[in-house]
Amino acid sequence: MNASDYEYLRKLLKDHSGLDLSADKQYLIESRLLPLSRKCGLSGIDNLVQKMRGGSARHIAQAVEAMTTNETFFFRDKAPFDHFRDTIIPELLKARAGRRTIRIWCAAGSTGQEPYSLAMCLKEMSAQLAGWRTEILATDLSQEVLEKSKAGIYSQFEVQRGLPIQLLVKYFKQNGEIWQVNADIRAMVQHRQLNLLHDFSQLGTFDVIFCRNVLIYFDQDTKINVFNRLARSLETDGFLVLGAAETVVGLTDVFKPCPEKRGLYRPTGTRPAVAPMAAAAMPRMAAIGGR
Amino acid sequence: MDDPRVGEQARTCLVVDDSSVVRKIARRFLEELNFQIIEAENGERALDACRRAMPAAVLLDWNMPVMDGHEFLLHLRRLPGGDLPRVVFCTTENNIDHISRALEAGADEYIMKPFDKDIIAAKFHAVGLIAASMPA
Repeated sequence: MNASDYEYLRKLLKDHSGLDLSADKQYLIESRLLPLSRKCGLSGIDNLVQKMRGGSARHIAQAVEAMTTNETFFFRDKAPFDHFRDTIIPELLKARAGRRTIRIWCAAGSTGQEPYSLAMCLKEMSAQLAGWRTEILATDLSQEVLEKSKAGIYSQFEVQRGLPIQLLVKYFKQNGEIWQVNADIRAMVQHRQLNLLHDFSQLGTFDVIFCRNVLIYFDQDTKINVFNRLARSLETDGFLVLGAAETVVGLTDVFKPCPEKRGLYRPTGTRPAVAPMAAAAMPRMAAIGGR
Repeated sequence: MDDPRVGEQARTCLVVDDSSVVRKIARRFLEELNFQIIEAENGERALDACRRAMPAAVLLDWNMPVMDGHEFLLHLRRLPGGDLPRVVFCTTENNIDHISRALEAGADEYIMKPFDKDIIAAKFHAVGLIAASMPA
């Protein structure tokens, strides 16, 4: 790829998704856009960029999606799941001892690795949670992604990224090189299509919200709007978990970071009245969702 | 430091595989993760190496001539200090029976071939051999 095409892609990705591609990420472009160009029946990346430069909205949207769709894996980043097991659940066991219910929302549930990782954590803690009702809701913008999550079927490659082997043996069924999450774990996760830019107050109030690696694609105003609405959907003593590269600091005072616990945030009690983002923000989401 | 895995010796990984090609690939990945590599072509040679000096980690094939990986592991765990190395199987045996047998024999993790650097990094991270997965 020539320098001018690379610069064009860099700027386009930055403008459309906020994705900031450093100069040494040529391999990332090749690994994502070469398969896309073939899928589109084009001869290669040069040809694809030509179409994009020509203003093809479809090719631009697909390229942005291919570049920004995050790989997800079981127990991604590990620390959030340590927080979940060592901090969040123990605190909720005390705080919710009366009603014995814990509601968890994976706001960017993607292909299921995160909600199922949480379900396995809960299962591993079932002695402490005996007599408790736990609920995990996984939402995502993409119906296609949700279908994969519901099926709970993963390749040999996917189950080896972050999933401890003991948990694979315990909670998956094997069919050749395909692994499926056991039915009892799948039954712990509810699925629902949802765009975070739309109103989600109807989902009710949660004790824990995982919202990782999705807000990074939003501009600042959208981030603030979503944070403020997330705060209204979270119990005042609940927990918000963000991705490793994300923060609320400098954006909003509705959440504050937990000292020494990276990615973990708690509501401050401030709850500004806020409306969902207007439809004006939608084209950008459409580009990311590929629809 | 109390834990010998965290000290100077911590960075040795014994790569046990009868294929020199696999050993070479594994060596390259593991050297990038700052491990010092010792190679062995079967379980017996690997045991000799462990008797000389316990490595921090063992990347272990299953099917090998002379002594297979499973038998090696059973012997290793009975050696003085043989409970210390973190043992990660790396084999084409990808069925749940083999995985269960490996865990019962004292394996810490299990990689189903084919593998890449990310899988090795993720598994070594999972058993505490490296601080964090390398960024992609």
